[in-house]
Amino acid sequence: MAGVLVYSANQGLALELITAARKIEDFVVAVSLNDDSLAQALAAAGVRTFKISNPNLVVGDTGAAAAAIKQVLDKENIDTVLLSSDRRGKELAGRLAQAIGAGCLTDVTAIQVDGSKIECQRNALGGATIAVQYIEGPKVMALRPRSYEAAGAGNGSIEELAAEIKDTGIKVIDFKPKAADRVNIEAAEILVAVGQGLSDEEKLADVQALASKLGGEVACSKPVATDKKWLSEERVIGLSGKKCKPQLALLLGISGQVQFTVGIRDARVIAAVNTDENAAINYMADYIIQADLHDVIEELNEKL
Amino acid sequence: MNIVVAMKQIPDLQQIRIRNRKPVLDGVPSALGVIDKNALEAAVLLKEKQGGKVIVLSAGNEEVEETVKEALAAGADEAFLVLDDDLEGADGSTKAMVLAEAINKIEDVGLILFGEGSGDNYSGQVGSRVAELLGMPQAAYASSIEINDSSAVITRSLEDGDEILEVSLPVVVSVLGDINEPRIPSVTQILKAGRKPKEVLELEDLEINLTGLPEIMTVSNLAPETDRKQVKVASVEELLQALRTEGVI
Ligand SMILES: Cc1cc2nc3c(=O)[nH]c(=O)nc-3n(C[C@H](O)[C@H](O)[C@H](O)COP(=O)(O)OP(=O)(O)OC[C@H]3O[C@@H](n4cnc5c(N)ncnc54)[C@H](O)[C@@H]3O)c2cc1C
Repeated sequence: MAGVLVYSANQGLALELITAARKIEDFVVAVSLNDDSLAQALAAAGVRTFKISNPNLVVGDTGAAAAAIKQVLDKENIDTVLLSSDRRGKELAGRLAQAIGAGCLTDVTAIQVDGSKIECQRNALGGATIAVQYIEGPKVMALRPRSYEAAGAGNGSIEELAAEIKDTGIKVIDFKPKAADRVNIEAAEILVAVGQGLSDEEKLADVQALASKLGGEVACSKPVATDKKWLSEERVIGLSGKKCKPQLALLLGISGQVQFTVGIRDARVIAAVNTDENAAINYMADYIIQADLHDVIEELNEKL
Repeated sequence: MNIVVAMKQIPDLQQIRIRNRKPVLDGVPSALGVIDKNALEAAVLLKEKQGGKVIVLSAGNEEVEETVKEALAAGADEAFLVLDDDLEGADGSTKAMVLAEAINKIEDVGLILFGEGSGDNYSGQVGSRVAELLGMPQAAYASSIEINDSSAVITRSLEDGDEILEVSLPVVVSVLGDINEPRIPSVTQILKAGRKPKEVLELEDLEINLTGLPEIMTVSNLAPETDRKQVKVASVEELLQALRTEGVI
């Protein structure tokens, strides 16, 4: 192994990758693609940074990003890459791995170095199990956001690198920012999470009132955000959402499929409200109340 | 223009039991990945607008031939299968080479669709690998796909916003689970599915060398220890009391 390369288009996540990379090796290099401020932030975190500027490096052209990073890897003779497992990073992971002939693990939640092996923890079987895996040969690993602290200040450097990038004709026609929901359910001590058992969107006000009374945040199962669009995807707990470890999770009308429970199983106390006494969530809960969630919310709001 | 939909056979996750923290896969029936069905539905909707064929592509063990009938019933016109026991549990790099080589054998492919992640592993790398192998542009996490003559306009949903890309065909796209609501095939469609054309190849029919690929080694794969109290409470008052005793409210 001759060092680790880190890359994320997201500055905050790139800094987390530096921390993770230093667990593997002291020699860490980073890349920025058409992004001066990212290059500066990376250098300020103490890593040798390759800054590639090229008009053919269109944001959203994953093939071009992979080609650019490959050129740094070839030049520096590095075969270990850490990427962020956000959507852009995950998409890049497979492409870059294929370009450099590497094995690839995404959605990694922790790494552990054991001799020459980099053991990665990730969810498997939809979240039913946690697999510990390592890659033999060149490797690309994408780390879940917020798995590591951001790297602190250090003394790095910036080198400009000319990379050859083909024009693939990909055009970004538009970018529509999502209304920012700045909530961080991963940091919440108390979560009040609703699932498809919630009858209608108006009832969310009562859920929010309850969360506020408890000093917590509102979270949800995936369909509440992606199908019904009642809440932002920032609030989704689970395999494709957030992994939370609150002191208390109050789960209302959530059936408890494994892709959901994987995101909440580290909670200290779980209370589940469901009309179905055999709901899977009941096996994952400390306290179970078989009742209509709307009644329970109303009563809790009165009593608290 | 034809549309290829890559679909993965996975164990039916609802039926996996955990014993001594180990997943028990014996006797668990196979199913197609849930989000793969959204990819199929997206393909069928596009085809209904502009013609061409929808070809479902799958690589796996022999059971795939049976599993894939569901896709043929739900609107795919043909199946292209690479069946080999060695493909069971094969990792992303192997699967991608097999799929890419199979796609090379299919005529007039304009669009190759994947789900954003497989139901079991959710690693989301095979689509990207196939795009690289075929030297095609790609767009993952699509929430809408429009085809105009020789290009596609794809809206992809990212954490901070929707990015709208224009890409020339052919292109590899992975779709989100909420891009559509997959249709439920009727009984007649299910009965007819078995008669739809199928091309079945074995690994040795493909000109690919699968030796020397990087390998994913598994040290352990265990369910986390859970030790929940599972106490039934009869009233909201009782619940509040319990939570106070726990010191969480
Ligand atoms: C690859 C993949 C990734 C996924 N990732 C995620 C993820 O990150 N997060 C996630 O949540 N899901 C995820 N899913 C989806 C997941 O499989 C489930 O479909 C989802 O979690 C179900 O949401 P739910 O429990 O809210 O809805 P349902 O399964 O419909 O459950 C609703 C529950 O509400 C109860 N109920 C109904 N009415 C009432 C009432 N009046 N009072 C009380 N209870 C009531 C019902 O008994 C039922 O148990 C993923 C799926 C796949 C395939």
